[in-house]
Amino acid sequence: MIAHDIVVVGGGPAGMAAAVAAYDRGVNDVVILDREETMGGILRQCVHNGFGLHKLGRELTGPEYAAHYAAEVKKRGIRTLSETMVTSITPDLLVTATSTRGIQKIQARAVILAMGCRERARGALNICGTRPAGVYSAGTAQKLVNCEGYLVGKRVVILGSGDIGLIMARRMTLEGAKVAAVCEILPYSGGLKRNIVQCLEDYHIPLYLSTTVSEIHGNERLEGVTIAQVDENRRPKPETARFIPCDTLLLSCGLIPENELSRAAGVAIDRRTGGAAVDQFRQTSVPGIYACGNVLQVHDLVDYVSDEAEIAGRAAAARVLEEAPTGETVETEPGSGLRYVLPQRVMKTEEPVDLFLRVTRPFGKLKFVVKAGERVLATASRPVASPGEMERLRIPAGALTDGVEKIVVELEEEA
Amino acid sequence: MRYDVVIAGCGVIGAMTARELSRYDLKVCVLEKENDVSMGSSRANSGIIHGGYDPVPGTLKAEMNVKGVPLLYEAARELNVPHRQNGSMVCAFGAEEESAIKALYERGMKNGVKGLRLLKGAQARELEPSLSDKLTAALLVPNGGIISPYELTVAAIGNAMDNGVELKRNFEICRVIQEGDGFAVQSTDQEVVRGRIFVNAAGAFTDHIAKMLHDCDFTIIPRGGEYMILDKEVGNTVSRTIFQVPTKEGKGILVCPTAHGNLMTGPTAAEVPTTESRETTREGLDTVARLAKKSVPSVDFSKVITSFAGVRSSVAGGDFIIRLSKKVPGLIHLAAIDSPGLTSCVAIARRAVELAEQAGLKLTLKEGWDGTRPDPEAFRKMTDEEKDHFIKEHPDYGHIVCRCEGVSEGEIRAAVRTNPGALDVDGVKRRTRSGMGRCQGGFCGPYVMRLISEETGTPLEEITKCGGASRMICGGRIGEGAVK
Amino acid sequence: MKKELTCIICPRGCALTVTENDGVWTATGNACPRGATYGVAEATHPTRTITTLVRVKNRVDTMLSVKTENPIAKERIPELMRLIHQTSALAPVKAGKVILEDACGSRIIATRDVE
Repeated sequence: MIAHDIVVVGGGPAGMAAAVAAYDRGVNDVVILDREETMGGILRQCVHNGFGLHKLGRELTGPEYAAHYAAEVKKRGIRTLSETMVTSITPDLLVTATSTRGIQKIQARAVILAMGCRERARGALNICGTRPAGVYSAGTAQKLVNCEGYLVGKRVVILGSGDIGLIMARRMTLEGAKVAAVCEILPYSGGLKRNIVQCLEDYHIPLYLSTTVSEIHGNERLEGVTIAQVDENRRPKPETARFIPCDTLLLSCGLIPENELSRAAGVAIDRRTGGAAVDQFRQTSVPGIYACGNVLQVHDLVDYVSDEAEIAGRAAAARVLEEAPTGETVETEPGSGLRYVLPQRVMKTEEPVDLFLRVTRPFGKLKFVVKAGERVLATASRPVASPGEMERLRIPAGALTDGVEKIVVELEEEA
Repeated sequence: MRYDVVIAGCGVIGAMTARELSRYDLKVCVLEKENDVSMGSSRANSGIIHGGYDPVPGTLKAEMNVKGVPLLYEAARELNVPHRQNGSMVCAFGAEEESAIKALYERGMKNGVKGLRLLKGAQARELEPSLSDKLTAALLVPNGGIISPYELTVAAIGNAMDNGVELKRNFEICRVIQEGDGFAVQSTDQEVVRGRIFVNAAGAFTDHIAKMLHDCDFTIIPRGGEYMILDKEVGNTVSRTIFQVPTKEGKGILVCPTAHGNLMTGPTAAEVPTTESRETTREGLDTVARLAKKSVPSVDFSKVITSFAGVRSSVAGGDFIIRLSKKVPGLIHLAAIDSPGLTSCVAIARRAVELAEQAGLKLTLKEGWDGTRPDPEAFRKMTDEEKDHFIKEHPDYGHIVCRCEGVSEGEIRAAVRTNPGALDVDGVKRRTRSGMGRCQGGFCGPYVMRLISEETGTPLEEITKCGGASRMICGGRIGEGAVK
Repeated sequence: MKKELTCIICPRGCALTVTENDGVWTATGNACPRGATYGVAEATHPTRTITTLVRVKNRVDTMLSVKTENPIAKERIPELMRLIHQTSALAPVKAGKVILEDACGSRIIATRDVE
């Protein structure tokens, strides 16, 4: 068994930024474990641009953004162990990892979870029909096209209008495939406007809202799908069903934080985010285990992943240095119209606290009100809000006084 | 050359018959029309070891089922196939169903099933706390179990091959003729295989094959069954296999853990248009969910990771067809093997060997026959220290490819190399569980394709999901331009 | 002349109408001034940064991600892709290396290292 001050699980954007921040906060003994050959995580296959504007002030592609952080990691001499899969973490911070070198046990003083997320698969969507080849999650197809250089199919239907699906619609089109349709079961797209315009409209790819794939056809390779409009309960309306021939169906129907390791470590999971319940320092219910990035909550922008990872990295370092703040904690709660609020609990300190949240559906002009009982801690107005855009609110310094027992975020629609 | 025995079909019946025959000094060949074994009913079914209370006394089903249970447990141990004697329970809701399970109890006693017990609702709930409050009584079947049906088939044929049996895949039979005192079997690719005894174990196609020899007095009626598999997170919702009172169509919707710790519910029972029908339907899956909740209200269908449909090969009479042809010497029919076919498979295979002997086959035990098969999960069962040691000798095993099920590169390579080697993505999945977890191959799919390609020398573009035209990639390689 | 566009500046996604009068373009439907600027630019000379791939000839199944160094005219995307599809690279490559000197008015540069 060996010992390290901080073990970071996952070498994607979250893991790298957390490691760098922990190092800069004064802990030199940081190690990053990643299952892939090189650091970078999912960014390695995200060859499109749009990364880094907020965080680095320039627009980069995924590999460029990853390379920036990989260089920062290298510059500090932070150890990275690639092709190393963490198989267990115990509540007393013993990390077990498997690699071609054998089984390694590492006793950590703090662990940062940065395992990212996975895509919802066909089975979870419960689409009926046959089970032919050619049904891929969008990210799997992205890996085959962008990393391995194989075009998975020539005539494509995409279910789900999340950003990965939209990006893949453009990618497949540029490589010579015909994207026949993008179907979205909701009445609005979860993707960025910019992607709707530049990935679909630029290439005349139709987007069908309130529409789903109701059946998959073909015994060997996919031969086509039935698409149908859905009713208010999201059930296909048979009278609207129509067949679209295609050899490929890409699924871009949501991301799920990968928390199997966290659960096994005893970390409490928030059903609403699918990630750990944390305080503002990103510490989970298990003391010494922190979480950040898409394993904690699915982000829209990698820039915000890096921000969040820095919070976790600094906090883990503070713990190792025995400088972590202590104090009473109170719970937060999403009011009506809100899907979740993160952090799920807040330690009362003198510092301001940033809350992250998502709304349940698109809203027009509205106001977020952060309340403790009848007391208003903060308010923020927005011209619009959509589930696809994470919102950030700040509770100002000094607002969390003795009387505060629970923090509720409410949403008030304005005329 | 002429084989002593040619078997049509490598489902669990064909595979187990081949294994039983491999004990003797015989030349045996199994013909399978698909790219892998276990591609019909043996792939998609409940994987239940039935106690034997259901079949009507005096039928072949009753005889084979009751004989088959201990034989199957023994074979599963020898072959290292994941299985568990978890026991079953048949639920009754109200007076009418209570008398139905009493009848099952009596039938089971007549069939010679040991340990059956009738329970009151409360007693049943004590054993299985997730059972519905509305349950009024239950039949407890302690010898019932669960087994992975495709792993059993793979292991049986693999063991038979290790003992000298030949397997020919992608051999779709289009013609069988009598030739001298034997048979000539021709494939759609014009390959001909000759044999003295011909065993018709072609599952859903047994009537088809029988017709080729003008000896068909039965018609296979395909009946579909739809299932849902749930995440291991909810795998312990029940510990026993929970049945409902059987009807004419089948044994009702069951809820059970699988041999690998997932939760399974199904099957529906509807006649389907063809023996090749493999579609799940909205109505079917909705029915499964609704009826499963009748016995176990807490089944959490938001945790479904996949659904599938299988086909049972039934006949009008309802009983198994296990016999020598009256018309064609040396022809053995093993047909209409629907439930409890899996439970009965070893018993049926042994009966097939007896029939072959009756048909004139001389049986001499083979020297050095080995009925065991190394455990494909041996690595996963090791302690961390043992694993560490093993990885140092075999570094491939330290590279985890499938993160959901924790499958290593070494195990995937072994699945391609070990009899009967996996040749496609689904084949690897059935042997190693890679891609069977919650991400359903989202992360490991491309790696698995690459490993199959390396091991078999097949270009990546030609790797299939399940043979035939099921190519994983059909848009070709991109960016084949010149260096500027 | 009149063009209908969706603004991409913020999630609101205003439906813009951009009109030409005597050589002067004006946008309506925008909720903020940034939308007007975007609308006129998009209506008069739309440009795009294109990110794509070329194969690395001397490595097994390895792709090099590349991008246009500057945005190119939107209508030239098909022409650009034809050029890209005729191009491969040789490892080793460093991010920033020029893969094509002139493709539809921009250089094409590598966005990652291949050793």
